[in-house]
Amino acid sequence: MSAKFEPIIGRYVHVEIEGKDNRIYFETAGTGIPLVCLHTAGADARQWRHILTDAEITEKFQVIAFDLPRHGKSNPPEGFEREVYRLTAAGYTDIIRKFCHALELSRPVVMGCSIGGRIVLDLARNHGAEFRALVGVQCSNHHRPWYDSSWLYRPDVHGGEICAAIVSGMMAPQSPNRSVQETLWYYKQGGPGVFKGDLYFYGAEGDYREESSRIDTSICPLFILTGEYDYSCTPEDSERTAKAVPGASFQVMKELGHFPMSENPEQFRRYLMPVLKRIEQL
Amino acid sequence: MSSSAMESDEEARVIGLLKRLPELANQDSDLVRRGAYVHDDILIGIGAHRCYVRIAGGLVEEIETRPQRMRSAAFSIIGSADAWSRFWQRMPAPGWHDLFAMNKRGHITIEGNLLTFMQHLQYFKDLLALPRSLSETSPNVR
Repeated sequence: MSAKFEPIIGRYVHVEIEGKDNRIYFETAGTGIPLVCLHTAGADARQWRHILTDAEITEKFQVIAFDLPRHGKSNPPEGFEREVYRLTAAGYTDIIRKFCHALELSRPVVMGCSIGGRIVLDLARNHGAEFRALVGVQCSNHHRPWYDSSWLYRPDVHGGEICAAIVSGMMAPQSPNRSVQETLWYYKQGGPGVFKGDLYFYGAEGDYREESSRIDTSICPLFILTGEYDYSCTPEDSERTAKAVPGASFQVMKELGHFPMSENPEQFRRYLMPVLKRIEQL
Repeated sequence: MSSSAMESDEEARVIGLLKRLPELANQDSDLVRRGAYVHDDILIGIGAHRCYVRIAGGLVEEIETRPQRMRSAAFSIIGSADAWSRFWQRMPAPGWHDLFAMNKRGHITIEGNLLTFMQHLQYFKDLLALPRSLSETSPNVR
């Protein structure tokens, strides 16, 4: 057969969250240490496709990337049309742990970006023993919103266009246009109100300034990687977070922004590979 | 040269970049297409100067840089000549690379009725970034 296949396999798994069945889509490739990847607010797991197809990574790690409910190919739970969607810390943590449990993953590594980078602080603080290591990409313990997020979800502004246009400036000007446009496409495809609902966790509810200092990195190591062009989670935000967590590792990534894994995969792996090497040796 | 004279030299240089917007924008058929529903005057503040940009169907029809006693604008974007100069570098530094990034850091203000701005946000971001191609480090410099 001459077809050019990617090694990624996609499947659905059913997970009960808050008493409701959730049909969760995930993609996986590779064998070895489970590495669960969490996408950014308003996007989906396609952001991780370059990690899923990186042979040097999938030789040592089973990479698994899932779509949060309402995102990508994961269905919203029944009755969603009568709810105002808001991601919460408790709900987000619950989904991640139940997903890992459903797949019977043994002490996985969790790597999340943006909201995913924030929630690893919750996992580290409250469930550290369940994880081999945590990687917070664009990770901050707090974010103070400065623009009115109601622009993201109203009938006189196109939802997909505005979500993409807002995040377009969070990428580095050096990132290849093809990868930038692919990253924006995911935002253009998000469901109505989903990005805004995710930002409830990012900008309001998920505040870990108090809890950061109580994270025990001797139980579960924490690695923080932040792109220099991210004006949402700035290097200063991540540095403050890393300083608050005793033993956390922190690295600023040059010529990268808020979406390192999808805006410039080649540049990202320069910073990620040394972290994964260290995790292999844990 | 006094610092205020240097400042006005810089303002004049940056205003000169803004004046190139019609030729830069109107030859970009993709940008014009994406701005097909934009019909507005917007105000760009460069230091103490107020410049009006008239847009019709995505085309930049006029840049008015002379003082106006009474003129409407849908919204304004105002920053120092230094802020615009940094924004218009061929490869701007972190924090100076995007209108929202500069707004968050307090380098520019975005005021007025923002509905048009938000409805066409990528158009306005791309339109106002066009003078980057005139940067001295640009291989396309004319």
